[in-house]
Amino acid sequence: MKSIFFHLMPYRDLPPDFEEKYESIWVTPPNDVLCDPEKVQQYYKWNLDELELADRLGFDGVGVNEHHQNGYGFMASPNIMAAALSRRTPNNSAICVLGNTLALYAPATRVAEEFAMLDVLTDGRLIAGFPVGTSMDVNFCYGVTPTETRPRFREALDLIMQAWTKPGPFTFNGRYNQLRYVNPWPKPLQKPYPPVWLAGGGSVETWELAATQDYTYSYLSFFGYQFAQKLMGGFWETMDRMGIDQNPYRAGFAQQICVSETDERAEEEYMEHVTYFFNKCLHIPPYFFEAPGYRTRRSTEFAIKTNQPGEIAKVALLEKNWKSLVDNGFIIAGSPATVADRLIEAAKTLRFGNLHALLQIGSMPHDLTEKNITLFAEEVIPRIRHLWADDGWKHEWWPIGADDRSTV
Amino acid sequence: MSTAEATNVDQRVISLRNGTMTTRVLVGGQGDPLVYIHGAGGLMWDPFVEALAGRFTVYAPEHPGSGESTGLEELRDLWDLVLYYNDLLDALELPSARVVGHSFGGMVAAEVAANNPERVSKLVLIAPLGLWRDDAPIPDIAGIPSEKLVELVLADPNSPLAAFLTPPADDPEALFQAAMRMASILHFIWPIPDKGLDRRIHRVQAPVLLVWGQQDGLVPPVYADEFASRLRQAEVALVDGAGHIPQLEQPDEVRERVLAFLA
Repeated sequence: MKSIFFHLMPYRDLPPDFEEKYESIWVTPPNDVLCDPEKVQQYYKWNLDELELADRLGFDGVGVNEHHQNGYGFMASPNIMAAALSRRTPNNSAICVLGNTLALYAPATRVAEEFAMLDVLTDGRLIAGFPVGTSMDVNFCYGVTPTETRPRFREALDLIMQAWTKPGPFTFNGRYNQLRYVNPWPKPLQKPYPPVWLAGGGSVETWELAATQDYTYSYLSFFGYQFAQKLMGGFWETMDRMGIDQNPYRAGFAQQICVSETDERAEEEYMEHVTYFFNKCLHIPPYFFEAPGYRTRRSTEFAIKTNQPGEIAKVALLEKNWKSLVDNGFIIAGSPATVADRLIEAAKTLRFGNLHALLQIGSMPHDLTEKNITLFAEEVIPRIRHLWADDGWKHEWWPIGADDRSTV
Repeated sequence: MSTAEATNVDQRVISLRNGTMTTRVLVGGQGDPLVYIHGAGGLMWDPFVEALAGRFTVYAPEHPGSGESTGLEELRDLWDLVLYYNDLLDALELPSARVVGHSFGGMVAAEVAANNPERVSKLVLIAPLGLWRDDAPIPDIAGIPSEKLVELVLADPNSPLAAFLTPPADDPEALFQAAMRMASILHFIWPIPDKGLDRRIHRVQAPVLLVWGQQDGLVPPVYADEFASRLRQAEVALVDGAGHIPQLEQPDEVRERVLAFLA
């Protein structure tokens, strides 16, 4: 299994009464009141230090993503962070940008260009992530019409793939992107293009796209592996229905993880920061989650049939004490042995080969984050690294320039 | 009007654009033709429409993508929607008609009248969308909790009409239908319902009645003046004790004003 240290880059010092006083962590948290650029100056340095540490300690990859007007992740441009990392990751980790929110960019050639730049800068270590994007980012922050979210995503993806594979210059006559001359300089170093990873929250259409185009799919949830079973089951059923093999490296999963010397110590050290995350960072009103039209008719029906809104509401109501968070799998926490056992259980249950390890959680300070990263790298990774390779599965979506540490 | 005399309402299904769109149209009443264009609440043969049918033959189409009308994905923007209404009126064999529109339906009615002045003989706009003032912003209907929506829309949030605005949380089918209906309207007005009517509305030739609830918290009554000042021939009926659905909140007063105007 590949371990990618995935950094959300949250605001670590929200006021204690944040969730009572403000509507949402996303879209509307007032910037002048809550976001101090001088604090962010410090956070960005810590964030990059933490990602660079993960590279040095032997993670397979480091991961960044894109969000807007969001107190739990203000990386409006993950490409800027990836560019910073490209020069300071001497251990050749994959640089996973998961990803650029395609529906926001017209012309989407900008993404084709910036990802190509990153691929060249990193000597072919780029994972090109293409999430559909959340309703908060796409519809509420960037004003994209909800019903256009998916058509814009699809068209942008088509344009980018053509830009990377067809000789330029060529003409692209789309609905949202009309270009006489598509001819990006340079094209990516990896041929025909960097590995494409999709990310989403459970749209049937996204799974089918992963199947037909041979892309990976990552489910980015904060609710842990137990809650994700029905959804990832749907993904693998779709693969099966479409005649695609069950290679676990087709799937990724984001999981919050807290490692300490012992199970007890983990609770002492991390509880405060995990609570901060669930109470403040997930403080999002339901109406921002899904503007009407953000999902297609078909996916809305699927969501209702599988009772997704009901389950998310149920999850939101769960008491977030340590035992409940651990028992329900929201977090995987404890000694390295405990964490490794549960990760293997999670990976086997959901069948994923790409772990997006969320090791900096909420208000977690820099030194504790470094401890978490270090223990994970030194004592957990060796226990989980060989999980799927032992079964003979090959990772066909790993960047060619990144080190393959599966045989370490 | 007693129940015994209720209008016999027919349902027609009109196929347009080489069969890629089907539109459900409720037709009832007697007299000259009148087209009623519904708002975000969806197509309903409500007491107001019933009253219109007492004097006119009412044609009430269901907006594409809501209820049983399909083909929203065929319509890219408002311009497409206006052309679609031209096709629909052609299919219904209505070269010209009185037109009444509510809320988003009012915006559509105004757009049709601006693009094709000859098709609209008289126009009633009930709390229409379509114009924008920075000092009186129309709230984001997708970005507020449903109880807040009720407060904005109804002069009396405790009125039984509140039930129409909030589908029961334990009824997945109703929630699904409401989401689809809202999506089909947001398709044309996201993120701000200002899509250029301001630059076209001077073309409207028909006399216009603007009906506005004085307590309308969604599209505040200052917009009545914005519309009136841009129209050649407009009168404003401000209705006290009404919010954004004055025709159902103060049915008697609105019915009298509208029928007198349309006569």
